[in-house]
Amino acid sequence: MLSLIQGTVRRGSANVLAGVDVKLEPGEVLGVLGPNGAGKSTLVGAMSGELPVSAGEVLLQHKPLCDWSGPERARRLAVLPQSSTLSFAFRVDEVVGLGRLPHDSGFEADRAIVLAALHAADAQHLAQRSYLSLSGGEQQRVHLARVLAQLWPGRTGQVLLLDEPTAMLDPLHQHSILHAIRQFAELGGAVLVILHDLNLAARYCDRLLLLADGRVRLSGTPEQVLQAGPLKSVFGLDVLIQRHPERGHPLVIAR
Amino acid sequence: MSPALSARPLFISLGLVWLIAFWLSLALGPVHLPLFDIFKALLQQFGLSTVDEGSGQAALILGQIRLPRALLGLSVGAVLALSGAAMQGLFRNPLADPGLVGVSSGAALGAAATIVGGELVGGISPLLEPYLLSISAFLGGLGVTWLVYRLGRRDGRTHVATMLLAGIALTALAGAVIGLFTYLADDGALRTLTFWNLGSLNGSSYARLWPLLLVTLAVTFWLPRRARALNALLLGESEARHLGFDVERLKRELVFCTALSVGAAVAAAGMIGFVGLVVPHLVRLLVGPDHRLLLPASALAGGSLLLLADLLARLMLAPAELPIGIVTALLGAPFFLYLLLRQPQ
Repeated sequence: MLSLIQGTVRRGSANVLAGVDVKLEPGEVLGVLGPNGAGKSTLVGAMSGELPVSAGEVLLQHKPLCDWSGPERARRLAVLPQSSTLSFAFRVDEVVGLGRLPHDSGFEADRAIVLAALHAADAQHLAQRSYLSLSGGEQQRVHLARVLAQLWPGRTGQVLLLDEPTAMLDPLHQHSILHAIRQFAELGGAVLVILHDLNLAARYCDRLLLLADGRVRLSGTPEQVLQAGPLKSVFGLDVLIQRHPERGHPLVIAR
Repeated sequence: MSPALSARPLFISLGLVWLIAFWLSLALGPVHLPLFDIFKALLQQFGLSTVDEGSGQAALILGQIRLPRALLGLSVGAVLALSGAAMQGLFRNPLADPGLVGVSSGAALGAAATIVGGELVGGISPLLEPYLLSISAFLGGLGVTWLVYRLGRRDGRTHVATMLLAGIALTALAGAVIGLFTYLADDGALRTLTFWNLGSLNGSSYARLWPLLLVTLAVTFWLPRRARALNALLLGESEARHLGFDVERLKRELVFCTALSVGAAVAAAGMIGFVGLVVPHLVRLLVGPDHRLLLPASALAGGSLLLLADLLARLMLAPAELPIGIVTALLGAPFFLYLLLRQPQ
């Protein structure tokens, strides 16, 4: 699907991403973890074509990402940036409708998709509100609904890149948003999601990638990655690893 | 906050206002022309009816003075409002305006250079002057816009904030050079320069009108084709790219389109401020920020507003006439301040 092969991104003379390999598989949610400045957003930038790689390449379905035409790419790859600045008073359903711009599915189909995507992001009650009157967390959910609408409902061959989608959300919505992202993956889509909450990552991701100083420190299943040693060396944080009493996935507790 | 009016009634009302403004500027003036006479004179103007006794004067006033002036007003208002809307979309800032980014002053500089340069070489033939002025104003506008655009580029990407600041600096620079020209200019050129700086629809002629009419038609039909891309651009440049739009090309097209519009408008009527700012704003209050409605509605509202402002300029101190730039600035500057104050943050 989408893969970064030996991707290197330079800023000035420093490598902010150095020889990173990432391969996103259909139906799989890959969580990217790492301290601030580890290169997580740079990774999303490189994989979305937003930042040029100085070495290595980005392939979407075995074809270089830059060889795809704009609308063709947009129907397969959607990106949720860390924060969006929209200073015009669109209605919420209009903002989500912008996600349908790469498609020619017609007014009625688009409207149904916009409502479904708003529902998935638990923002259907905001549909008629002005975007500017929303709180930060509500705006973030609206943008998530927008990128979901762009690929709705999700199928094999589609990729979603999410840069900290849960950053401003309350605990309930952190779970409902990641649940919606899992639904997308269950239909065959591939997802890369940057997370800071290690327990959310353990609960919702199939694979994890631990990034530090622009390099991959460790990657594998949550059980393989979420271990006291690597977490101590990357985050400098002493942790206990337990099992979730009901779900069995690792549970990370700061000491 | 949602737009209270749906599209159809809004466009019908805007169209009516547009027609009324057009009719008023044909009818009102030192000689009042009744509606029937206007019709007759218009028919004669387009060769659809023959001149009869008694209507000769009306036909003359209409054909030679008021019709070109009204068409000039409608075109200037439309292109200024359209380029204002395009600039606000490009800069993703509802307070952007062609005057702020230096396009207007670049165009005025081009026109001023031609006026003063023409005087120095002993006058330009009146036949060529309108075209030379249009071309030099367009080149001036394009030159400054291109410079602003280049200054705002780093690592192959355009930085909008830098562009705005560069625009402010170049506006000041162009103003200084125009100021220098006033020292070189003789009395005749000085009057024309003043006219250029304040803006006026006075002395309209078909020769001055033609280049602008062509540009107006081109821009009015081309710009709405970019409405969807402009909507995506409001989310941010990366977001628009992720939605599949060629953002760098779109920005080049918008910059060129604005330079062309403002250049043609400045060449024909001088610097008329605040129309590009105020009109898209008012229209957004009615229809929301969706460019598919905003652009055509701005073109209609811009033309109407400029004609009404011109009526004020003509009638307030009749028989004397105010430059229309003064009227739009008197109305627009307080409105701009009001917008600044009620902006959140």
